[in-house]
Amino acid sequence: MTATHHAPTTAPVSTTHGSGSKLSWAFADSWTMTRRELAHWARQPVQVVVGLVFPVMMLLMFGFLIGGGKGVEGDFTSYLVPGMLTMTMAFGLEATMLSVTQDLGKGVIDRFRSMPMNSGSILVGRSIADMLQSVVGLAVMIGVGAAIGWRWNNGFASFMAAVGLLLLLRFAMLWIGLHLAMVAGKPEMVQAVQILVWPMAFLSNAIATPASMPAWLGAVVEWNPMSATATAVRELFGNQSAAGDSWAATNAELLAVAWPVLLVAIFFPLAVKRFRDLSR
Amino acid sequence: MSDRDLAIVVEGLRKKYKDKQALDGLDLTVRAGTVQGILGPNGAGKTTAVRIMSTLLRADEGRVEVAGIDVRTRADEVRSRIGLLGQNAAVDEELSGRQNLEMFGRLYHLGGRRAGARADELLEQFGLTDTGTKAIKQYSGGMRRRLDLAASLISRPQVLFLDEPTTGLDPRGRTEVWNAVRSLVGGGTTVLLTTQYLEEADQLADQIAVINRGQVIAEGTADELKTKTGGDRIDVILHDVAQLERAAALLPGAVDKDEDRRMVSASISNRMVALTETVRALQEAGIEAEDIAVRRPTLDEVFMHLTKEEAA
Repeated sequence: MTATHHAPTTAPVSTTHGSGSKLSWAFADSWTMTRRELAHWARQPVQVVVGLVFPVMMLLMFGFLIGGGKGVEGDFTSYLVPGMLTMTMAFGLEATMLSVTQDLGKGVIDRFRSMPMNSGSILVGRSIADMLQSVVGLAVMIGVGAAIGWRWNNGFASFMAAVGLLLLLRFAMLWIGLHLAMVAGKPEMVQAVQILVWPMAFLSNAIATPASMPAWLGAVVEWNPMSATATAVRELFGNQSAAGDSWAATNAELLAVAWPVLLVAIFFPLAVKRFRDLSR
Repeated sequence: MSDRDLAIVVEGLRKKYKDKQALDGLDLTVRAGTVQGILGPNGAGKTTAVRIMSTLLRADEGRVEVAGIDVRTRADEVRSRIGLLGQNAAVDEELSGRQNLEMFGRLYHLGGRRAGARADELLEQFGLTDTGTKAIKQYSGGMRRRLDLAASLISRPQVLFLDEPTTGLDPRGRTEVWNAVRSLVGGGTTVLLTTQYLEEADQLADQIAVINRGQVIAEGTADELKTKTGGDRIDVILHDVAQLERAAALLPGAVDKDEDRRMVSASISNRMVALTETVRALQEAGIEAEDIAVRRPTLDEVFMHLTKEEAA
């Protein structure tokens, strides 16, 4: 080690507390935390690309290799693309959980909490970064979908409404992920959740129709929040839909809003409480 | 001593996890500008105490003031006056050293330009300028720890908490961190350092508090602790290990025997008397010694003594 140590002068670096309201520091800190994630992307372009390619690969595999969904009649691509967009949003749960458990495990969150910053910014920054990433992910998937012949037929307003519903689902997954990450605490636990996310995703109408399943399973699938989003999005895009005539299927648009709102209403306070309880 | 001279005051601190009483009435005062060592085995409550003092954890009972400020009621004011080096290197491994320091600087509300300048200053101070743009995961253990230490100094804290700063480092990394800590002390920073290594406390700390089961069981300078418990020791290294038992019988009190080193050692009260008597007794018994030395006890021996005493 080079002998360049100097004793620090006794005068502390004045932290500009008091000047500027608490609220403006909360914004500034949230932005710093968001920039941290953006810096991760810049330093790890390969990881970002892999993250984007995975759902694209799934889309192409189901679209071309399997080439048909259980019980789907007509244009499978038209049915599949909205389903895969929905699944991509649901899988965001894992990404959120993984980042947060890593920060917790390495003590980075402890360091943040020992600093005079707005501690809520830790959660806000994570939310903004994850939502931005999901917007990019959606854009890529929509682009690839369009390239393999998928079309939306109901105009710009409906298109934006569909994107809005997809991001709303992602937002719900974000808060579930934050909560689960703080419950689990360690990155190792994420694997268990990763395994459980798959059956959750496939117990939806993302790829197969509820009508093709045994009645009891079909009912479960129809009430899956993912199915509500997928069905609503298919209708908004004007795509092939295979929803039945049950209440859940005919009110998919209502449920596509109600489910995520309910999940956020449950998991937002739970996650915030968990975060505060880190000091217990 | 006026309260103003005290950087840390801890009174009657208690903290219970589910079924474990981590802190059980911990009392401690640390004078400003000194290095306080907290010495104790795993599970003694060292980390819990540091987490409470650095506002990360709330105590069940008791009072803690850091730089004269109550950590419970005015946590934010405490946070802008302290630095914390936790047990893990709490830095963002994907980012570079400079990016980390700049980010932490912004979160200390230095503003972008000053955060950048402070980052460069610290990189230079810790000899990390050349590797400033590399991702932390490419750093060696010692470098990582130095960057971690740099991050905890961004706001030029009045009080710096170091929780087992060299655990898991190789001897070279340990020396690097020790040198870095020593260089801070001259500048008036108060340092509270926890460690399991007696040597570390001996090397760095002005005052040492030995804690066990969430309580302070002994306090003082390294020398005071050594004197307080058992006094000096005499070591006799024998020529022939077969004579170990006979030599042990000649020494006073409880004798430690070490066959591998062909050594017997005992606690003594008077250095000169013990030395002359031991030499004479060995000569009379016809036992050949390779070396005879009178020395202070090591902190290891002190620690064993203290915890044994407490258990009794």
